Amino acid sequence: MAAEQKMTYETWPASPEKQTLEAKNKFLGFWFFLGGETVLFASLFATYLALKDKVPSSDMALAKDLFEIPLAFIMTMLLLTSSLTSVYAMYHMKNFNFKKMQLWLGITVLLGLGFLGLEIYEFNHYVHEFHHSFTSSAFGSAFYTLVGFHGGHVAFGLLWITTLMIRNSKRGLNLYNAPKFYVASLYWHFIDVVWVFIFTVVYLMGMVG
Amino acid sequence: MSTLAQKKGFGAVLWDYLTTVDHKKIAILYLIAGGFFFLLGGLEAMFIRIQLAVPNNDFVSAGLYNEILTMHGTTMIFLAAMPLIFAFMNAVMPLQIGARDVAFPFLNSLGFWLFFFGGVFLNLSWFLGGAPDAGWTSYASLSIASEGHGIDFYALGLQISGAGTLIGGINFLVTIINMRAPGMTYMRMPMFTWATFVTSALILFAFPALTVGLFLLIFDRMFGSNFFDPAMGGNTIIWEHFFWIFGHPEVYILVLPAFGIFSEIFAIFSRKRLFGYSSMVFATVLIGFLGFMVWAHHMFTTGMGPIANAIFAVATMAIAVPTGIKIFNWLFTMWGGSITFTTPMLWAVAFIPSFVAGGVTGVMLASAAQDYQYHDSYFVVAHFHYVIVGGVVFALFAGAHLYWPKMFGTMLNEFLGKITFVLFFIGFHLTFFIQHFLGLWGMPRRIFTFLPGQGLETANMVSTVGAFFMAAAVIIMLINIVITSVKNEKVGNDPWGDGRTLEWAIPSPPPFYNFKQLPLVRGLDAYWLEKMEGKKGMSPAEPLGDIHMPNNSFIPFVISLGLFVAAFGAMYRAEHSWGIPVLIFGMLITLGSMFVRSVKDDHGYHIHKEDLEDNNDKGVKA
Repeated sequence: MAAEQKMTYETWPASPEKQTLEAKNKFLGFWFFLGGETVLFASLFATYLALKDKVPSSDMALAKDLFEIPLAFIMTMLLLTSSLTSVYAMYHMKNFNFKKMQLWLGITVLLGLGFLGLEIYEFNHYVHEFHHSFTSSAFGSAFYTLVGFHGGHVAFGLLWITTLMIRNSKRGLNLYNAPKFYVASLYWHFIDVVWVFIFTVVYLMGMVG
Repeated sequence: MSTLAQKKGFGAVLWDYLTTVDHKKIAILYLIAGGFFFLLGGLEAMFIRIQLAVPNNDFVSAGLYNEILTMHGTTMIFLAAMPLIFAFMNAVMPLQIGARDVAFPFLNSLGFWLFFFGGVFLNLSWFLGGAPDAGWTSYASLSIASEGHGIDFYALGLQISGAGTLIGGINFLVTIINMRAPGMTYMRMPMFTWATFVTSALILFAFPALTVGLFLLIFDRMFGSNFFDPAMGGNTIIWEHFFWIFGHPEVYILVLPAFGIFSEIFAIFSRKRLFGYSSMVFATVLIGFLGFMVWAHHMFTTGMGPIANAIFAVATMAIAVPTGIKIFNWLFTMWGGSITFTTPMLWAVAFIPSFVAGGVTGVMLASAAQDYQYHDSYFVVAHFHYVIVGGVVFALFAGAHLYWPKMFGTMLNEFLGKITFVLFFIGFHLTFFIQHFLGLWGMPRRIFTFLPGQGLETANMVSTVGAFFMAAAVIIMLINIVITSVKNEKVGNDPWGDGRTLEWAIPSPPPFYNFKQLPLVRGLDAYWLEKMEGKKGMSPAEPLGDIHMPNNSFIPFVISLGLFVAAFGAMYRAEHSWGIPVLIFGMLITLGSMFVRSVKDDHGYHIHKEDLEDNNDKGVKA
């Protein structure tokens, strides 16, 4: 079955994301890539835990002074919901319903943008209200590197999903682009999982631990 | 390659190699680039030994010595040994599993160009204000204080080339899992393929730690962060941990493929099935697993405390067990075999005592209490050169001779090959054996000169003489390559006569689609099985049909070039106003070309059945 072949609802397979050899390779390779990303974020978490609250002078803000539950909670909800909407998108992808897939991907992107906007507000808030910046202390460096790497991943994911949506808007689904949508949604879930850990380790443990 | 050069002009060949996605051509690129960096690292080694030949020498200054020493280690590990191993993995592994290419031909090319631009970037430091000078481990307490841009070149260059390695690792993993020929079960895979598999997994889980370590270093040196600055709350030990969480698996990333090459050689030239194949596979996987549990044995003297030291000491000693299994299996493979001492076999046989010597000192160093005595002395230098040269470099020489006909279609001269071996073997032991004693007598490593009258003169001179033997061996190998290429006597499928695995069942060099029909694998040593039953080649597993091939692409080159440009911007950001624009420009090149790759469909093309029928496996088309 050639990847670029025109498909219909009847000919659409059960697992369009791994129908061709190229798709199988992409699927597996992307899982491995996420394995590597796990080590990357694990290293960043380790750095953060080692340098948490390590500041040069005692009048500088610590984790318990900085973080507030409401903002982190709203961000978490936005990102968790966006993961759910991307699941809906993949459900429609598997059912060969291109329009609904695009719709749910669009909602995913909007939620992701909301998250990113709040994160930018949050960083700005810390820098201006608490003088907690990337260069102010080892704690600041570690915080912005960990959360910033995650934010960078979110931004890249948004660009990626948007590119896929626009590129394929006129031609619909086929076995060539189905795996592309699928791995993009995998990536999005991964970002979400990392955020769950950031929420726990950075924000919750920052306030009570 | 040479037939191609005669048919096409130089420009066309160059363009072909810049855009190629064929694993066999990428292997040749890795071989050339890795070989070049190997010569560079070798030259740096010679400068080190010349400087240390006599006491109070002033051949190079202390500062320049630090740069040479750092670049010798960095170049040899990242830019010579790894790419050369990747050359053999690319050249041989897809053929061994009966695949037409790797899983991601485009990424294969991207991996090479990232490595290449990273390596070039690192070495440009020689011309742009000085090379890195904090040792290949670049401990943060030293590297943060280092003036000039040397360390910046180190961090950015390794970041770029490291990304290439990671991509290569993922590619090999997927290739081996998804693209094995019909009948090629995991337990029928040749040992070199197994080694590639485990090595790739190590790369996948070890390199991200280096990536993070390098990012922290880049941020600290170029963007004002404070990870390693104790005055700002930072901690330099973080770097040591990340470096060794990467760095220790890295030595297994280097040596497991070496073990794989030797496993092939012992079986081929003993005309026997590899002894204890299953236990070899088990040992390889176990070494890969334990390799992640031992990183802190590089940090015994850091002050982690007796409990951590004891745990890491025991874990380290445990690795000797699977390694010992391998050594005995190789010996038993030779036992009772009909052995022919070809050049690859000579390297393989010499490898066993050399590597065991390195292993023994490794177990000595693993004992934390003893390590306090050996730490930072020439004993350590002797140890790691015994395992890396005696293991990895021997394997690279052996592999080069073994696979040269498969890669280029012509055999290296055996007589010159044996001279190379004898000179290198003598030179190697002359250089490094005495360094054990230099260390025990108290000579610290990384020292740029020593005083007369301390009993170190003779031993250092002996060591330097040995280095010249190795240099002579390498020069003879180069002469051998030139002579062989000029003569260019073509050989058939199985030039050694006793090939056991699939790569020897197809022409040398293979046609660009490798297998006209995918072979049916009926057991371990698939080709040998068929030969023993009197068949000429493999039975096909599929009818002749169209073959799907990927298109060439220039995009990998451009993606890598963009990062190369961006790295200059990041480095000069603090002192030049053009730094940020160049950084953004470079990233735009990279992201832009990734965008093009994403939106432009690339379905590849098909070789039609009719064209395959005319072409009776001549193989010269590659």
